[in-house]
Order: sequence, then structure tokens, then C-alpha cells
Amino acid sequence: MTDNGMDHGSEKKYGQFHRRVFESNAALFAVAATVAILIGGIVEIVPMFTPAGTEHSEAITPYTPLEVAGLDIYVSEGCYLCHSQWVRPMRAEILRYGPWSRAWEYQYDRPFQLGSRRIGPDLHRLGNKYPDAWHYEHMRDPRSTTPGSVMPPYPWLLENRIDPADVRASVIALRKTGTPYTDEDVAGVEESLAEQGAEIVARLATAGIETTPDRSIVALIAYLQRLGVEGRAELEAQGVEY
Amino acid sequence: MESRLSATAAPAGLTVVDYDDDIVRKFFLATVIWGVVGMLVGVIIALQLAWWPANLGLPWTTFGRLRPLHTNAVIFAFAGNICFTGIYHSMQRLLKTRMWSDKLSKIHFWGWQLIIVSAAITYPLGITQSREYAELIWPIDVAVTLIWVVFAINFFGTLAIRNVKHIYVAIWFYMSFVITIAVLHIVNNLAMPATFLRSYPIYSGMTDALVQWWYGHNAVGFFLTTPFLGLMYYYLPKAADRPIYSYRLSIIHFWGLIFLYIWAGPHHLLYSGLPDWAQTLGMVFSIMLLAPSWGGMLNGLLTLKGAWHKLRTDPILKFMVVGVTFYGMSTFEGPMMSIRSVNGLAHFTNWVVGHVHSGALGWNGMLTFAVLYWLLPRLWNREVAYPKMVTQHFWLATIGIVIYTVAMWAAGLMEGLQWRAVNDAGQLANPIFIDIVHRLEPFYWLRLLGGTLYFVGAVMMLINVFKTIRGPERVTADAPAAVPAN
Repeated sequence: MTDNGMDHGSEKKYGQFHRRVFESNAALFAVAATVAILIGGIVEIVPMFTPAGTEHSEAITPYTPLEVAGLDIYVSEGCYLCHSQWVRPMRAEILRYGPWSRAWEYQYDRPFQLGSRRIGPDLHRLGNKYPDAWHYEHMRDPRSTTPGSVMPPYPWLLENRIDPADVRASVIALRKTGTPYTDEDVAGVEESLAEQGAEIVARLATAGIETTPDRSIVALIAYLQRLGVEGRAELEAQGVEY
Repeated sequence: MESRLSATAAPAGLTVVDYDDDIVRKFFLATVIWGVVGMLVGVIIALQLAWWPANLGLPWTTFGRLRPLHTNAVIFAFAGNICFTGIYHSMQRLLKTRMWSDKLSKIHFWGWQLIIVSAAITYPLGITQSREYAELIWPIDVAVTLIWVVFAINFFGTLAIRNVKHIYVAIWFYMSFVITIAVLHIVNNLAMPATFLRSYPIYSGMTDALVQWWYGHNAVGFFLTTPFLGLMYYYLPKAADRPIYSYRLSIIHFWGLIFLYIWAGPHHLLYSGLPDWAQTLGMVFSIMLLAPSWGGMLNGLLTLKGAWHKLRTDPILKFMVVGVTFYGMSTFEGPMMSIRSVNGLAHFTNWVVGHVHSGALGWNGMLTFAVLYWLLPRLWNREVAYPKMVTQHFWLATIGIVIYTVAMWAAGLMEGLQWRAVNDAGQLANPIFIDIVHRLEPFYWLRLLGGTLYFVGAVMMLINVFKTIRGPERVTADAPAAVPAN
């Protein structure tokens, strides 16, 4: 072997073309490699922006400001690392969770939250499965609602508050990416937050839980309680069997 | 610039190339330190899965916030820094030139470490994009882009001033790393900022998922595979003192690998709402990927033809052979798991975690240790302080990986089968999810044991490295390289 490790065991005529054309010309090599790595991505990703790509449904509405705040908490706490939002079209999954997840149900999910691991159960059909108070207690102490749960408690969500200005910034940014929020939606962020928050606070009060509409837990409950609800209703309206 | 070529101590008509090994030493130490940090976080989150109170009841230490810290630390800090170590070291020697710009090398080094520190601060605070292996928020993504451009300019600048016409196979792989990571990083992180700490991707729903897994899978392909194959092509022949087995094979498997890899992302989205044609493309290309992957493994292993006896005594070759063998095993397992029906069982389970770690601990980790131990005496011109400890590290790591992967295979198969089991009445056989979670506990403790053994090995390496570089310098230095003056 030579000092620089460039001695090839079986060099034949075969490699001479490659050696002459590519291996002595860094720029040409770089261009060829770039073309090679671009093809697959272009073929797979570009059609997603055409009708051959994802489906759209009028039945799915954009997240409300409070739900956006809830999604931000879901992202921030890394919920997706233990919970999927993706019911697969398999008998056992449909039995366990409900209708399998359609592409159009995710149409306003930015960022998507399909997840890749089920340390805990799937959450895509979680909405309306439990009362708001269940979620409140579950976040305070997971073992109070699910004996033997291995989930850590999230008591700080009961204390932390969301900032309406921050939520407004999120709604504005989401609108710029294409989520169909109207001018009224943007102007009414604070009002919407207070209104939806008050509804959840009232429901929690019936279970003897006292909190305020601006707590993180309220936003998270708003988000979790809408997961998969509109999609399930639409599938039932269509009479789709699952 | 003047110091790049000096006329001293060279035979007549030749010039000594003054390689920049200072930057190599910097990246070397960063690899060792970040490796120990990243693996420690891995051990902590493994404990959290076996025993939830280890989440400590604090926001900053929950599994959901620490897992990205673990994955990013081992991928971008440990694996990333060894790639840069190997590239800066081998590239100068293969091209017989100093790096194009010392200044850019330094900016690259410090910029990259700063990005790692910013990740280590933001993730525990819950500041994240939630895109797996791309959790960094947009301002840090911008910094990554800038630092990558600095690296690319230096990389191609060095190719431009090379003193060797021919570009060796290791550099082809490095080149695909530099180019593809830039493309993946930029496309996957296109987003609309809402605040300084938060942004929303320009893609939504399934399209967003497809872009992310195109990125995620090719981060494995072009951050954890191609640069490591480049390292294999330089350091394995060096350590074995044998030429590469087949030049022809290296050409075929290089082009095959980089062309096919990029298609395989949708295998992360089988049985999802992604259009069937895209899912099928992902599956088919993943299966085809077996061929160029094994081309690389065979070219590595067969390079040892006639040198197998050295394995008995040389721990560096031991690390390399186990590393390349794990590359072969995980690139066999990956295509199998991409078959739709197999994926139906494996997806969402610990089997995937086991698969990832047979690649990460087995292939990336073992090859990294080999390169580090090979470089250690050469970069500091010192004898390794504890040579026996190198062999001990090898055995700890190997036993650790085996325990880890076997535990995860068993756990993954078990939970996959129990999730789907249906009784004669057509009902779920295990309707209570938490029951299945509890049955995984013994496997989580076993995995913790395997991971801890691997971690202890890495700590032994850290001790060995610092003891070595504080030891006395060797009397005779390696002869400097000389090239024809031009």
C-alpha cells in the first residue's frame, strides 16, 4: 500500500472512465453528486403540492387561538416523543383508538405531530374521550387517572400562563403560511382566548377544580379535546365504515 | 498563508506540507467530550423509562425535553465532530495540502460548538421545533446554515488547491455529506417566524411529515453513513496496512448509495395518510438500498483479507471490524423493517429504537472509537497511556451493544404483538395499554445496563485521552509529507 492509501486492489479498465472524468475534477464530481441526491426528493416531494399529493377537506377548521397555544405547549413539552397522533388502518388499532387517520385531518397541522414512538397510547382520537377534569388531573398527577402510569407529572402547566400577545404572533405567522385565518380572527385573538378559556374553566369548575382561563393547562386541554373530533364527525357524516 | 508550504527539511525539489493538525486536535477533543455528555443523557433517559421518578419532577429534566438533547448531542456533537476530525485530518493528507483557510477552520470549529451549546440550553427549556433531529429553532438553524457554508467553502477551497490530481474515494463520501446536509437542512427548516423563539413550517400535515422524514432518514444517510464510510475508506486501510479491496465496488456502491438513499424517507410513514405511491416508492428504494450498503460493508471487511490475524492483537481493528459488521447488520435490518407488513409490526415499538442504536452504537460509535484511538498517538506524538484499557473499552462497548439491541428487539416484538393481538371474540386481547407498558419494564432495565456499559467504556476513553496528552512526548516524530514544489 502506498503512503496515501490510494492503491486500489482491483483497478481495471472499468474505473478508468470514472477516474479520468470525475476523480480529477472536483467541480464536475460535486455537480454529478448533487444531481444524484436531488432526483429522489424532487420526485417524491414536488407532487405533494399537486392534486396527486395530499387531500383537503372543508370539514376541518383551523385551530382556534387557544388550541394554537395548546399545540405550542404540546410541542414544547415534547409530547410527540411518547405519543403518536396516527391511527393506522389496522383492525387492532381501530378497535383500540377509533377510525384510522386520514391525510386531510392533518391539513392545518404545523408542525405535524404524527410522532414515531408509542411509549404511551396514540392520541389522534383523544378528543371528547375524557372530561376536561380528567386531563387536568392527569397532567397534575398521571397516576391519579391512570394507575401505574409511567408519565412524569406536569404540575407547572397548572401554574404557567399563556401570553395573548405571543398567541397573536403565532396566529399571524400561521396565517402567512396559508392557514385561512381572517382579519377578524387576528383582531379577535384576545377575545377568543378569553371566551374559549372561560368555557373550559366553567367545565372544570363543575368538577370542583378552580383555575383561570389563561393557564397553560387550559390551552392544552383545548388542544387535546379537539384531536380527531372533526375528522371522526366527517367520517360518520359520510357513512364511512371503519 | 506563507506557512502552508515551507522549504525546510525537504529533499531536493520537494516541499514540506505543513498540515493544520491543531484544528484536528480541537475537533478530536470535542468528539470525546460531547460523546460522553451525549451518552450520559442517553443513560439518564433510559433510566426515566425504567423508573419514571427519574424525571425529577422538574420541567427541564422530563423525558420529552431531554430526548432531543440526547439525539442531537450524539448525532451532531459526537458523530458530527468525529466527521470533522477525520475530514480535516485525512483530507489534508489525501490532497497533500493544508486546509484552504485556517481562519474558516476555526470559525467552523467554534461556530459548531456554540450551536451545540445553544441546543443544550434551548432543549431543556422546551424551546424546540419538534422536528426529530431538527428540533433547533429558526435563529439557530440560520447559524447552522452559515457555519455549514463556511465549512463548504473551506472544503471546496481545499480541493481547489490540492497537490494531488486524483480525488480518493473517502473524499467522494465527504463531498456527498457536505452537499446533501446543506440541501436537507435548508429545505426541512423553511418556516415562518412568529417570535424569536418560535416558527411554523411552510408545509402542513402530511407534506410536512414527508419533508421531515425525507430529512430525518437522510440525516441518517448523509450524516451517519456517508461521512463514516469516508472515514472507513481512509482509516481502515491505514490501520490494517492493506489497500482497499475493490476500487470498482467503491464506485458502484458510492453512486448507488447516494442516489437510492434519498428516496427512502417515506418508509417512516407507511400505513399513514401519505399517498400510496409515495409509500411504495419509499419501501421499494429502501429494499434496494441493501445492495450499495452491503457493497460498502464488504469493501471494508474484505480489505482485511490477509490481515485477519492482526485482529487478535490490535484493538483498533477490533473496533473497526465490529463497527463495519454492525453497519452490515443494521443496513440489513433497515430494509427488512421497511417492508410494509414488517413495518406494521415494528413501527412505534422499541424495535426501532434497537435498530437505531445498532447503527449508532455499533457502526458510528465503534468506528469513531477506532479513529480516535488511531489518531491519539499520532496527533499528540505520545504513546497511549493505558493500552490495555483500549481493549477493555472494546469489550465493554461490544457487550453493551449486544445487551441493548437484544433487549430492544424483545421489547419491540412483545409490545408490537400485544398491541395487535385480538381474541376469538374479535376483541383486543390486551385492551389496557398500561398493562403492556408494565411488561416492558425488565427490558428497560436491561437496556439501561447495556447503555451504561457502553457509557463506562466511553468514560474510560476520555480518561485515557487526557492521561495520554499529558504524558511525555515521543522521541521520534512521523516523517513530514513532502510534495513536488509548485
